[in-house]
Amino acid sequence: MHPILKLIAQRVALGLMLLFAASILIFGGTMLLPGDVAQQILGQSATPESLANMRAELGLNDPPVARYFQWLGGFLQGDLGTALTNGRDIAESLGGRLKNTLFLAFWAALISVPLAIFLGLLAVRYKDRIPDKLISAVTLTTISIPEFMIGYVLIYWVSIQMGWFSSVAIINDSMSLGQKLNAIAIPVMVLTLVVLAHMMRMTRAAILNVMQSAYIETAELKGMGMLKIIAKHAFPNAIAPIVNVVMINLAYLVVGVVVVEVVFAYPGMGQYLVDHVAKRDVPVVQACGLIFAAVYIGLNLIADIVSILANPRLRHPK
Amino acid sequence: MSEPLLKQPLLQVRGLKIGATVYPPGERPHAIEIVHGVDFDLEGGKVLGLIGESGAGKSTIGLAAMAYGRGGVEITGGEVHVNGRDILQSGLRDVRKLRGGEVTYVSQSAAASFNPAKKIMEQVTEAAIFQGKFSKKEAEARAVALFDKLGLPDPENIGERYPHQVSGGQLQRCMTALALCPEPDLVVFDEPTTALDVTTQIDVLAAIKEAIRDTGVAALYITHDLAVVAQVSDHIMVLQQGAMVEYGTTDQIINNPQEEYTQALVSVRSIAHEEKTPTDTPLLRVENITARYRGTDFDVLKDVSVDLHPGQTLAIVGESGSGKSTLARVITGLLPPSQGSITFDGRTLSPDLPTRSPEDLRELQMIYQMADTAMNPRQTVGTIIGRPLEFYFGLKGKAKQTRIQELLDEIELGDGFQDRYPAELSGGQKQRVCIARALAAKPKLIICDEVTSALDPLVADGILKLLLKLQKIEDVSYLFITHDLATVKAIADSIAVMLQGKVVRYGPKSQVLAPPFDDYTDLLLSSVPEMKLGWLEEVLAHRKMESAGN
Repeated sequence: MHPILKLIAQRVALGLMLLFAASILIFGGTMLLPGDVAQQILGQSATPESLANMRAELGLNDPPVARYFQWLGGFLQGDLGTALTNGRDIAESLGGRLKNTLFLAFWAALISVPLAIFLGLLAVRYKDRIPDKLISAVTLTTISIPEFMIGYVLIYWVSIQMGWFSSVAIINDSMSLGQKLNAIAIPVMVLTLVVLAHMMRMTRAAILNVMQSAYIETAELKGMGMLKIIAKHAFPNAIAPIVNVVMINLAYLVVGVVVVEVVFAYPGMGQYLVDHVAKRDVPVVQACGLIFAAVYIGLNLIADIVSILANPRLRHPK
Repeated sequence: MSEPLLKQPLLQVRGLKIGATVYPPGERPHAIEIVHGVDFDLEGGKVLGLIGESGAGKSTIGLAAMAYGRGGVEITGGEVHVNGRDILQSGLRDVRKLRGGEVTYVSQSAAASFNPAKKIMEQVTEAAIFQGKFSKKEAEARAVALFDKLGLPDPENIGERYPHQVSGGQLQRCMTALALCPEPDLVVFDEPTTALDVTTQIDVLAAIKEAIRDTGVAALYITHDLAVVAQVSDHIMVLQQGAMVEYGTTDQIINNPQEEYTQALVSVRSIAHEEKTPTDTPLLRVENITARYRGTDFDVLKDVSVDLHPGQTLAIVGESGSGKSTLARVITGLLPPSQGSITFDGRTLSPDLPTRSPEDLRELQMIYQMADTAMNPRQTVGTIIGRPLEFYFGLKGKAKQTRIQELLDEIELGDGFQDRYPAELSGGQKQRVCIARALAAKPKLIICDEVTSALDPLVADGILKLLLKLQKIEDVSYLFITHDLATVKAIADSIAVMLQGKVVRYGPKSQVLAPPFDDYTDLLLSSVPEMKLGWLEEVLAHRKMESAGN
């Protein structure tokens, strides 16, 4: 077997094990919360008899290990359980929310990742000169301002003053793609501004690091221009660190955008999770937790695999 | 009118001045001049050797022929004419046409100068293609022809490999092919064989020489090794601290040097060292050592046995990968051997470092190749040398200061060095401080691991003389690890030649260096460049004859 396949298989197996460990933590963590689901459903005034009945009905008297595997087994089959607060199937309500979150994250990533890398390359090309300093200053400013603040400022200027896009990002399935994009335009801008600096600066640092190498001098002494050297000789060797930071930011776009969702009333997963945390709806919290963990682990796994594939020593062993 | 009236030399350098910005510790960065007005001409098809020690400005001058300054280096004055044009006055666009087209470059470390992410062929042909000299197809055909001429194995397919898939010597040939591929008028060779083992160096040197001759290209050949440059160049220019010392034909520089500095360079490595006879009881006895690194499946050392006698020097000679540094790790206890034993001063040493007594540790000290990285840059020389005095002898205050000064006197560094930081010392001075630190422990044995390899020849000579002097005074033994046979001749009493983890030849110096030789020692000895014209041809002709004879 090619050694690289072995390495990748190892990573995938590690990722699965990590996910398994995360599921135990999530399940165990929610078990530690005071009170139980029966108490939650019936409220403070429930009689001991009705609590006992409810517990029996929900299977809460089974040992925790058995309940864990039941939960995990259901999860693997797509059965995420029922929400306590409204009695609806979690998989159904969560599916739509997840789709919306991924939709927003996708468009934010589509704009921010290439832009960040391009700005990073530009900053390297004009290192320590005005364009570099300007790019750094602007991106560092936008990452330093709280995202709700950027959100409100953009709503005021772009939506209200100029009247370009909608200030509320409510979307539903009956809308066309154009309408949807119009609705999410401002949240996408906010998210882009928030994740840009991190990726841009990592691109800049990774490429500057590579630019110290002797083979960059070789390229210069071949008479190549700076931009060509950066793109052809430096970038391929800087892929691994860049992909890593890109993936962390993509994970953030999926998992961490709750503030932006609230500001724009966007029907995404973050808002859904926060709502149900407030209502102490444990099965929903567990389901969301596991999905977020899977997204994080999955994206970092991709980053690892890309790093492995980008290394010629691993791709082409002696 | 288009015919030039006067025939211009290919490269004409006049009054070349080069400056750099330096960042001394504790001072403001400031500009200094590192090349102070150098003039020379180079005709087409000729080879000029630039020789000097580090800091002489030879690489800087070589790169100036491509209008390039490395790092903070800037060309501050003078003229550099290539094919009649002053390239220092040309715009960036013209300079880029020159680089990789008319003038190309071969660096010291091909391993670092090839992009690890791209195939060799792509990199070798890159300049030729985008400078518009050849089409992709033509360039690749030319590259294959060059690979063949440079003696690379499987020239048709070697270009399809990545740099890490070929050996160091092969990569250096690929770098030469890279430089020759665009059919340049001038190639700057910057120490192209310095990083190679001697037995590899001779082949690469021969390949480069043949390629220069066959393609009729002119070359600037930069090296610190006069014996090497004597083999390839027509003229030699000797540089010292950014100024020309002497210029002449190779024959004149080697056989009739005029300047004192050149004479010193020519006669370097002429230390005569009388071999001492072995005593009855060796200080160090290494018996049947076999060792491997954890997680690997082959032995780096195979059944190695050597003796070292008190007050004497045992040289361990071998090329990279021969296991000589591993032997040092085993003796110091850093790598416990899988078999064999080490006896030191009559007692058996524990194979593992943590279980050795403080006395064992004190009596066995090390000096390393890179004095730079062997010292804490944030500690003064006094602190560095004082540390073992405190640690082993509990010296404090005045007693410690006195001892530090004694040690500094012994290594021939005067007053005022106690308070200096390593960054303020030259390479030779740093290595001297490392020697003093080892001596401070009053050891019986010092392991010297390639201690002169990173130093210029004259400085290295000084270090060797110092080590010999200290051996006389302190009666200390040296285990001297080196790849350099000239150093061995200068310092050793007995020699062990290592190849692939085995000792292939071992005995007193006079025996090891006298015929009849085994094949490997013969190859090793005959590969060391000699300071005479035509040495390379002689050796190659001799080898050809021998292999024909077999």
